[in-house]
Amino acid sequence: MTVSAAPPAAPVAEPGGGVHRRDGRAALGFLAPSTSGFLLFTLIPLVGSLLISFFAWPVLGRRRFVGVDNFAELLTDPVFHRVMLNTLVFVVVYVPLNIVVSLGLALWISPRIRGRGLYRLLFFIPTVTPMIANALVWRLLYQPGGPIDQGFQALLGVPSPNFLGDNRWAMAAVILMSVWQGFGYNMLVFSAGLDAIPQSLHEAASIDGAGPLRRFWSVTLPMLSPSMFFAMIMTLITSFQVFVQPYALTAGGPGVATETMVLHLYKEGFQQFDLGTAATIGWFLFMIIMLVTALQFLGQKRWVHYDD
Amino acid sequence: MTIDSATTETLPRPATADAAPARPSRRRTSPRTVVSQVLLTAVLLLFLMPFVWMIATALKPPAEVFGAGSGLVGSEIRWSNFAEAWSYLPFGRFMLNGLFVAAAGTVVVCVTSVLSAYAFARLRFRFRDRIFLLFLGTLMVPQEVTVVPMFILMQQFRWVDSYAALILPWAFTAFGTFLLRQFFLSIPRELEEAATIDGASRLRILLQVVVPIARPAIAVLAAFTFINYWNSFLWPLIVVNSRDMSTVPLGLNLFLSQNGNQWHLLMAASAISMVPTVAMVVLLQRHLVRGIALSGLGGR
Repeated sequence: MTVSAAPPAAPVAEPGGGVHRRDGRAALGFLAPSTSGFLLFTLIPLVGSLLISFFAWPVLGRRRFVGVDNFAELLTDPVFHRVMLNTLVFVVVYVPLNIVVSLGLALWISPRIRGRGLYRLLFFIPTVTPMIANALVWRLLYQPGGPIDQGFQALLGVPSPNFLGDNRWAMAAVILMSVWQGFGYNMLVFSAGLDAIPQSLHEAASIDGAGPLRRFWSVTLPMLSPSMFFAMIMTLITSFQVFVQPYALTAGGPGVATETMVLHLYKEGFQQFDLGTAATIGWFLFMIIMLVTALQFLGQKRWVHYDD
Repeated sequence: MTIDSATTETLPRPATADAAPARPSRRRTSPRTVVSQVLLTAVLLLFLMPFVWMIATALKPPAEVFGAGSGLVGSEIRWSNFAEAWSYLPFGRFMLNGLFVAAAGTVVVCVTSVLSAYAFARLRFRFRDRIFLLFLGTLMVPQEVTVVPMFILMQQFRWVDSYAALILPWAFTAFGTFLLRQFFLSIPRELEEAATIDGASRLRILLQVVVPIARPAIAVLAAFTFINYWNSFLWPLIVVNSRDMSTVPLGLNLFLSQNGNQWHLLMAASAISMVPTVAMVVLLQRHLVRGIALSGLGGR
């Protein structure tokens, strides 16, 4: 699915189309390591996960075929409903925030800023530091008596809400931290996209009397739309998979207020040792991601401009 | 709010006005640019506050971490916190585990990806495009979908709690193959044809002609593979159950569960855990933007 957003792949058909037997042999050798690993560690588990979802499969002990019971149970489980809702809320708030912040900063760090490389690098740092370490730092920040709370006391004279312990704030706190650590990738994607827009387009537009805002809407955005499409797809997919942030910040709490699908999968599979249910949650996640990605591809014609 | 003003304020302005002279020896910076730069720096400093606070806390005496009046700097700078965090849990062991797993994983990923990417880019054989499509199709499969069967597979192999389990299962994703194939396709064929006429084998052409040209792409793949392995959390959490096999993120988690209120030590450990990956992007910074654009490592 990355294909359409990446530079157009060269035509696959060879000129002449003759089949070289020699190549067939070489190909076998070249492909053997990756395809055997791919078969064993990607294809087999993929099929396996569907099979497992039809079983009651404890980590230790006897497994038993249960048909679609796992699916049915999850669909009628109010906790799982809440988990799906939480994940949806996270995605719906996180993705636009991520895109707006990363695009805004990519634009802001324009060629007229001195030391652009340094700014880009520093904004990028939290995307490569271990997420669990990032989350621990933010846990400290959010703590009652921590720096945010102290800021509240000093400026407003009241203690801050207990961000991670309060139903109304926990998800917002998780999202804020996620945006902080996550937007760096897209910022660089957009930076590369912006740098590739020919300056002459902007000049032509401004000679035609377009102001800055107009140029943004009519030149920058359309030219950037392939990068945006790509960023949006990737960010949507990864945000449905959110796990470490709620795991380390709130452990899904208070109650199940910040429990996301993958966190639920982990708890069901590896704390309750119910692998059948965990595999089923994985499939729900997969189906949702495929659906959303398909919708994006269907919708792209309406706003993504490709040059050729 | 700052973002809005950014978009309107810093749109690339047509350079007609100030770039007209043939030698724009030293363009004078307009006041707006200066303001823009100062505001951007302020945003950056705010953005970096969590890291600043992490390091400040890592250097404080434990009693001064929380509460009113606990400023950025404590009554003394305690470098010993780092030593204490390091020895409290076998952090050296976690680091070594992490480095070994990440390095080994990176080697496996790079070698297999180079070979298969070359096959898909240059060799002619039956079902090539179908096999490649199958590879591509799985790019979208989230790790979480296969994590349960992968765990069962590890049980079958008796690999639970081993280096093999940390390294191998995720070393064969289609991503590296896809990335390098794109790059190989952009290399002019003529370079290889000369070598073919000289009678060089496919493998020699790959190693002596293609790989040197593709070094930047391979470096980007290697760096991000290393970083992903180093940071990986969900899978090690599932498949590792001893202290001896723990990687650094697991060590932090262990730290948190055993001593979650020792914030000065926790922050020191967090800071240590960030060093290798930060060093890596700093070294790689010149290739960062191009590499990201090239590889499409978006999202997260």
